[in-house]
Amino acid sequence: MWLFLGSECLLFGGLISTYMLYRGRVQDGPHPAQIFDIPFTSVSSFVLLMSSLTMVLAVTAAQRKDFNRANLWLIVTATLGATFVGGQVYEFTAFYREGLGFTTSLFSSSFYTLTGFHGIHVSVGVILLLSTAGILKKNKATGDKAESVELIGLYWHFVDVVWIIIFTLIYLIPA
Amino acid sequence: MSTATETHEDGHEDSHEHGMSDMQYIKIALILAAITALEVATYYVDFGVLFMPSLIIMMVVKFVVVVSYFMHLKFDNKMFSFLFYTGLGLALFVYVTALATFKFFIA
Repeated sequence: MWLFLGSECLLFGGLISTYMLYRGRVQDGPHPAQIFDIPFTSVSSFVLLMSSLTMVLAVTAAQRKDFNRANLWLIVTATLGATFVGGQVYEFTAFYREGLGFTTSLFSSSFYTLTGFHGIHVSVGVILLLSTAGILKKNKATGDKAESVELIGLYWHFVDVVWIIIFTLIYLIPA
Repeated sequence: MSTATETHEDGHEDSHEHGMSDMQYIKIALILAAITALEVATYYVDFGVLFMPSLIIMMVVKFVVVVSYFMHLKFDNKMFSFLFYTGLGLALFVYVTALATFKFFIA
């Protein structure tokens, strides 16, 4: 898992640096400062950050062999993740209505690619969380249940740390 | 990822994995939330020349705290830290070099 996460650093590193290079290249359409809704994105960031807390609570509950509570925290984490993805879909829709399509400018292409890839990672995480919760509930897990929850947790926290970087470099630091 | 679980006389099991309790994790989350609030404040309050360095420092602190405590890297085998930070370091080196060749850091 750690090797996989190390390789994911390379993927997101490439996407972030491409965005940094192209964020000022706006031939047509709105500029980043004109469309970013910082209060809305701040709330989304807070939701994702709190999902890391609920995830770690799921891991500690699983380690105590309290799988009912672990299940509950997994579902809460998935709900927070789905809320974040819903917020991202809303944000993309709002940007599109303001004239920022995928091919509008180099800025828009690199922005949608980076945040879209992150959104896909969160969506995959939500599916993994719900699948794990279902497997634990039906008691169909093979091997160490606590370790399964911890592995999903590592993936989820990684998705959170990537957003910590995206939120600062893309949203808070102006182009 | 070894687990050490202690069962008390009342049957309540208290996990000592990584030596942290749920309350400690909640405290860490509150600290992270406070740092996020400070980050957002830089958007509305003029921090002058401290704007960029303070944002970068807060981002790095949040990153390290989540990786060290929530991902338990601080308590796990050093090999995991090596694998993760090698990937991260390699990514930073490659992309900072790539950005430098595009004269990104020259205003």
